[in-house]
Amino acid sequence: MPLSTQSQSGNDEYILVASLDNARNLSNILKAISFKDHAIFNVTQNGLKVTIEDSKCLQANAFIQADIFQEFTLKEDVVGFQVNLTVLLDCLTIFGGSTVPGVNTALRMCYNGYGYPLTLFLEEGGVVTVCKINTQEPEELIDFDFCSTNVTNKVILQSDSLKEAFSELDMTSEVLQLTMSPSHPYFRLSTFGNSGNAHYDYPKDSDMMELFQCTKTQTNRYKMSLLKPSTKALALSCKVSVRTDGRGFLSLQYLVRNDDGQICFVEYYCCPDEEVESNE
Amino acid sequence: MKFRAKINDVGCLNHFTRVLNTITKLTKTCVLRLTVDNVYFVLSGKVANGGVSMWCELLQVNFFDEYQLEGVSSEANEICLEVAPENLSRALKTAQNAKSVKIKLTKKHCPCLTLAAELVSIYLPPLKTMKSVVDRMKNLSNYLVVEANLNGEMNLKIETDLVSVTTHFRDLGNPPWGDNAVQSQSRDVETMAHARVDIRKLQQFLMGQQVNPNKSMCTRLSQHTETRCSDLQTGVKSTTYISMWAKQRRWLLTSGEHRVTTLHSPSTTPL
Repeated sequence: MPLSTQSQSGNDEYILVASLDNARNLSNILKAISFKDHAIFNVTQNGLKVTIEDSKCLQANAFIQADIFQEFTLKEDVVGFQVNLTVLLDCLTIFGGSTVPGVNTALRMCYNGYGYPLTLFLEEGGVVTVCKINTQEPEELIDFDFCSTNVTNKVILQSDSLKEAFSELDMTSEVLQLTMSPSHPYFRLSTFGNSGNAHYDYPKDSDMMELFQCTKTQTNRYKMSLLKPSTKALALSCKVSVRTDGRGFLSLQYLVRNDDGQICFVEYYCCPDEEVESNE
Repeated sequence: MKFRAKINDVGCLNHFTRVLNTITKLTKTCVLRLTVDNVYFVLSGKVANGGVSMWCELLQVNFFDEYQLEGVSSEANEICLEVAPENLSRALKTAQNAKSVKIKLTKKHCPCLTLAAELVSIYLPPLKTMKSVVDRMKNLSNYLVVEANLNGEMNLKIETDLVSVTTHFRDLGNPPWGDNAVQSQSRDVETMAHARVDIRKLQQFLMGQQVNPNKSMCTRLSQHTETRCSDLQTGVKSTTYISMWAKQRRWLLTSGEHRVTTLHSPSTTPL
């Protein structure tokens, strides 16, 4: 809907008002899922959930709880809309993306309901920027039907251990293969690229391994192009949980601490490329 | 009929202004006759009542760097207008420190003579902040609008189908010299002068300045664009351009504004 047909309205008419003293507490986490333009916002009394999907095979969600915000007022039970995430990030970082200590951009995010733009008021050093971003009707989200009762294998790792592996991943490999098993190799990432095969092993008694619950040997392959963007979320996080279910669907959950040390979550769901049964 | 002329030289501008000041003292109205070679201010026929009669002939090349005229007809290649010299004089007065003044014949509701002169100068905000904002805006749009007023306020605005973004800078201060001092008397300080700018050019300018901020430089950034029309009675209309330049180590944004002097219909018979 063009901006010209979206009318202005007063403060009391906003159905959503969310304020942050430090806009980075929103922009940093959104950057972790910013691999596509269209982001679907789902707002409830619990807070903000922002979703990006790719090819119906990958879904990334960022959760920012209501108590992260200095002000969070929602006049309806659920509010949903879609915005261009790239545009939103450019607006949130309008005063520059650098982290200068003590200098913060304050944010007030307002939404009036269906058909209205998402309005951002940003302030830094006495300079105010007002952004009105066009919203669209939210697309329907995929339900990966991933529930904890179907989880076959689960590990929780400290992110540092995976960061090196992910940054070195052979991008000439079309897939990233994940093997999880109660026995050796326990947890293995593999790539099959032009220069050869590469394996990253994480034994179950490693210091980096905070939790190891594998019930059955599973090897699954996922498209590299789908999983590579998750590196951004990994870089921000301190811990990651890796789970697969009976179908080989992958769930990655990242624990992210913001500038103020508060906890937010990012999760990625991915469909397997093909299933390979292995008895290694 | 067409008429466009430009004065680039400050000395010529001052001289032209002094001529008009003199004429203003002599009469309330007169005829302005524009030919290919000359500009005439003529007042005749008042002798019977004991009034003043005047003939002022100026060689246009002595004043104007650019001068284009298409008269009433090819046989009578001139334009005659009845003017109140005081209006012209007042408009020129505010342009005394201008880098250039453009004069042209336009027609909206009636034939008008429009003048462009620099009227708003404002100190720029810290270049670092301005650069951050402009860098982000460049991702969103090709053009932005710069607005500034004599109240030390400046806005940068973009508007596209996807998004509109406005950044408001306050308490920037306006330099005390020349046009500003005069303008603050006759112009509402909150009125914004504005111009549309190609963001890439603005970005290039800002990047350049961080390297050598003491260099005195004038960069013309945009074309003239039509803006709001205020006060139809006096026919004041504003159209602006902006220049950014360094003076005394502070960055300035200077914008221009057209001033319109309403005139009677051009006469078809040459004098």
